[in-house]
Order: sequence, then C-alpha cells, then structure tokens
Amino acid sequence: MSRRFEADFGRGERRRLIWNAAMTGVFSVAGWVAILFIFLIFVFTFKETLPIFTDPEVREEANLYKFFFERQDGPTLAEQFIWQPTSEQPKMSLIPIILGTLKATFVGLLFACPIGVAAALFSSEFAPARLREVIKPVIELLAGIPSVVMGFFALIVLATWLQSAFGFTYRLNAWNAGLALGIALVPIIYTISEDGLTAVPRAFREASYALGASRFQTAWSVVMPAAAPAIFASFVLAFGRAIGETMILLMAGGNAAITSFNLNDPLRTLSATIAAELGEVVNGSAHYSALFFMGTLLFVITFVSNTAGLWVIRRMQIRMQGEKA
Amino acid sequence: MPSPATAALRGARRGADRIAVTLLALSVILIVGILVVIVGNIAWHGVRTVTWEFISQPPRQGLTAGGIFPAIVGTAALVILMTIAAVPLGVATAIYLHEYTPAEGLSLAWRRFKKSKGLPGRRRLFTRFLSALLATITRSAVANLAGIPSIVFGLFGLGFFIQFIGRSIDRATLPPVELLWGQGSLLWAALTLALLTLPTVIVATEEALRTVPHDLREASLALGATRWETIRRIVLPGSISGILTGAILGISRGAGEVAPILFTGAAYYLPYLPERVTDQFMHLGYHVLILSTQSPDVEATKPLLYGTVFVLLMLTFLLNLTGVIIRSRTRARLRA
Repeated sequence: MSRRFEADFGRGERRRLIWNAAMTGVFSVAGWVAILFIFLIFVFTFKETLPIFTDPEVREEANLYKFFFERQDGPTLAEQFIWQPTSEQPKMSLIPIILGTLKATFVGLLFACPIGVAAALFSSEFAPARLREVIKPVIELLAGIPSVVMGFFALIVLATWLQSAFGFTYRLNAWNAGLALGIALVPIIYTISEDGLTAVPRAFREASYALGASRFQTAWSVVMPAAAPAIFASFVLAFGRAIGETMILLMAGGNAAITSFNLNDPLRTLSATIAAELGEVVNGSAHYSALFFMGTLLFVITFVSNTAGLWVIRRMQIRMQGEKA
Repeated sequence: MPSPATAALRGARRGADRIAVTLLALSVILIVGILVVIVGNIAWHGVRTVTWEFISQPPRQGLTAGGIFPAIVGTAALVILMTIAAVPLGVATAIYLHEYTPAEGLSLAWRRFKKSKGLPGRRRLFTRFLSALLATITRSAVANLAGIPSIVFGLFGLGFFIQFIGRSIDRATLPPVELLWGQGSLLWAALTLALLTLPTVIVATEEALRTVPHDLREASLALGATRWETIRRIVLPGSISGILTGAILGISRGAGEVAPILFTGAAYYLPYLPERVTDQFMHLGYHVLILSTQSPDVEATKPLLYGTVFVLLMLTFLLNLTGVIIRSRTRARLRA
C-alpha cells in the first residue's frame, strides 16, 4: 500500500513540476506581450513616417518645414495654410488640421470638465449610497455607447437641433462636434475624479466639520482641493482621449480643413484626416507618409499625456495611503 | 445661545449650501438626461425599422433598402475571433502580473535590496527587484496601451499585420503579385481589435485576482500544491466571475469600435458572407458610418440607419449590462 503510494507520488510529482514550470513560462511570456506591442506600435507607425526624414522624393512634397511653417500667398490665414495633399501642387500644411483638433478638444473639455467634476463631487459627497448605485451604471452605459453611434447622433440629430437653436451658418461645426465629444469625455472625468474624491481620508472631512464648516464648504474647500491632483489627471487623460477620438469627429466635424479660429466653422481633426484619406492613398507616397506622421504625432501626444496623467494619479494614491496610515 | 447675527449667517449659509448642492445634482440630472435622450431617440426611430426582414436580409438597391444580415454576421465573426485572441492573452498577462511578480512595490523592493549589503540572499533580492521593475513597466505599458487612439491601432494593423506579416506570408507561399494574407481581412481586423481590448481585460482580471484572499494561496502552497495548481484550483475559481466581467466589458468595447477596422478588412458592401478568416466582412459600426456619410439618398436610408444604430447599441448595451450585473453581484457577495 505504502509502496504503491510512493510510486504514484513519484510519477505524479514529476508531472506536476513539469506542468508548473511550463505554465510559469507561458505566463511570463504573456507578461512581455503588452510591452512588446507598445514598442511595435510605435516602431511600425514610425517606420511608415520615416521617408519624411530620409527619402528625397517624399521630402520634396512632405517634410517638417512644409507641415508646420510653409505659407502660401494670400491675405487670410485660411489661404496661407492649406491642406490639399492630392492637388496638382500638393499643399501639406498641418496647421488647419491641428487647429481643428484643438478647437474640437477645447469645446469638448469645456463641456465635460465642469459637468464631470460636479457629478463626481455630488456622487462622492452628497448622494446617498442608493443613488450612487444608480449613477455609476448610468455613467458606465454612457461610456459604453460606441463612438460611431455618438458620431451618428451628432451628425443626424444634434447638428439639426443646434442649428435651429443657434442659427449656425454651417450645420457641422466645432460646437456640434465638440459637444458630442464632450459627452463621450464625461465618463472619463467622472470616474477618475470620483475615485480621487472618495480616496480623500475621512479625517479631512471630520476636521472640517469640527471647525464648523458646512457640508458644501467641506466638499468644496477641503475635499476638492485634496483631490485636485486626481481631478487634474482626469482632465489630462480626457485630453488624451479627445485628441485621438476619431469617429465622432469624422462624422460630426464637417470634414473641412480650414485654418480658422472661429468655432462656427466646420473642422477636420488629425484622426479624421487619417480615417478619411488613408483608404484612397497610394502606398508609399508622400501623402501616405504624411498620414502616418499624423498617426505618430497622435501616438506621441497621447503617450505623453497618459503617462503624465497616470503618474499624477499614482503619486496621489501613495500620498493618500501615507496619510491614512 | 447663538446671537441673531450668527443664526442669520448660518441660515444664509444653509441656503447657499442648498443652492450649490442643487447645482451639483443638476449636473447628474443633465448626464442622465443626455443618456435618456440619445438612447430614447435611437430606440424611438430604430424600433420601427427592426423587423425580422431587417435582421435576416442583405442590403438591396445600393444600400437604400433591405436589411443588415451580413453586417450582423460579420460583427459576430469579428467579435468571436477577437475574443479568442484577447481573452486568454489578457488573462495570462494579468495572472503573470498578480501571481508571479512580487507583491511589494518597486521602491520597497529596491530599498530591501540596498539594505541587504553583505547579507546572504542578496542576489535573490536583486532578481526580486528586477521582477518588480518588469511588473511596473508592464503595468504602465498596459495603461498606455489603453490610451492610444483607436485610429492609431488601425494604422498599426495596416502597417504590421497586413503590410509586414501578411505580405511576408504571401511572398513566401504565393506566386508574385497575388495577395491572400497581405490585404484586409477578418483575421487582421480581429487581431487589431484584440490588441485594443487587451488592456480592459488585463486590468479587470487583475482586479478580480486581487479579491482572492492571500491566505488561501498561502494555505494551498503550504499544503504542497505548486504555484500552477494553486492558480488553477484556488485563484481562478475564486475570481472567475470578475474575469468574466472584464472579458465581457472588453468585448463590448471592441464590438463598437470602427476606427481600427477601417483599413484592416471592413467592407462597404459584400454580396456574400465571410467564410474564411482571410475574407473581408461587413460590420455594423462601419455600416453606420457608410450609411450616414455616403448615402446617395439620405431620407431613404434614414430608417435603415436608425435600425442599424439601434441594433449596434442594443448589442453593446446588452454586453455591458451583463458585465455590470455580474460584477455588482460579485461585489455584493464579497461584501456579505
């Protein structure tokens, strides 16, 4: 009996150890995959951008000087900075496109930041637990709306409403696109701000009440400043999302690359330009490289803003844990 | 006994408080209102279009009549392939991060190593530090992956999967000029989307693994189980519903994304259903884009458009809702 047990044990033991070693290998490899792909994404987007720096033929039409500084003759900004990559004389200024991206992002953040933070403050400081259980799924559903659906709504419904309410000359403009974008940004700002607000230690609030402050005074001048890094980080992360958002702006932005500071004009963003033009571009042409350059630009901007936002959140978590202990 | 002045002040303050809190509450009402308006508008116009014919027929007359059957099939095939790629990989990455790397943070691992000068086991502490370093880098890579714009994933899918891998396979296996793998297809689109959903799955799985008490693992290891046995018998059964939630939320995000598949295989219109992974496909989200921006007759397509949006929205909402329900049940059970 005991001999049989030992024999079994020996054979089984070996198999168990082999399995264990094999699975350790599998999991470790998986651990590298995320790093590998971040690296690959950068390498392969950048690889297609490279001709802008190296290939003389491509450089004749598309280079950094043309992207950012080249001016055509003309009295207005809109005639000086032009994106017309497929015309006889290709004009490849990114200025109108970058301006369009910034305009949409600005309107989006202008709408989403106050509303997201106010909702977060309300649900972390004032809402009863039951109500909070309702708010969170609602926000999650809002976050779950695919951006193509949001784009559709902005294009077909919202644009008509806004035009009849404010009498815009152009149906599709920065207000319309930015508002739809803002609706998509609210969940990001809400979620991260709310996390930050609830992480503020209870002692802060109690000290404030003990000094005679009201609930709102406490929330506004004690809790919110304490959570300021998280709120700031939520803005930064929302900015990253706004810069890269594609479908909403492709559909609701009006798709006109005009150098204009006017929010009533239609616009065209970096992401929408890639989405609209990459399908019809000649592989390896200057235009193709220029579109990948925009992709690299988006990658770098979002990478930097995300890293910064996440770093701020991490710092705040460490500090709050320190204060709790 | 408060003086009349302080009483008045307090009253004013309470009034100001009430106004301020009402304003905050209004922002929540606004958000709920927006959601209701969007979903309500789409449901109101969409429901009338969605009939059995609409679901089961292909588009006709240049996309101005008929249904969306091929787009539903394409979306389903895409989502299934994406799930097969993303979920096992995401779960494995999360298991690596949570079960195989040191639980202490990077700075603590470094301090322990520094303090160990001249002590035995210093090398072990150093490998532990390296492992913590790798975990930190992986976590920030995952977090960054989540923030990369979806259109950049599309560029990557085109540049890496199609131009690099696909064309290489074709060069090796096919006569020159012919393309099989080196063009947009179900497979490449699914892999591109899988990459996009990976962070969601990883983060949710890690959160689920964290809910399994540490004592259980130690008890299992103390009884002589190997680490893999502990993971399979103790950790995974204890966190399966959380992992499921993460998978479903990731899938629902992937199902609605259009930007990554624009150049990696989505087709404007196909007279046949996709049969192989190298086929192109129609997709609900892409169909919405096409109908709303390139329709020859806007008024004629509008009902079809609303119907398609409604189906897509219901699909993602149902997935989301399932995920959220499973999660809140799990959380309630954990609290009890």
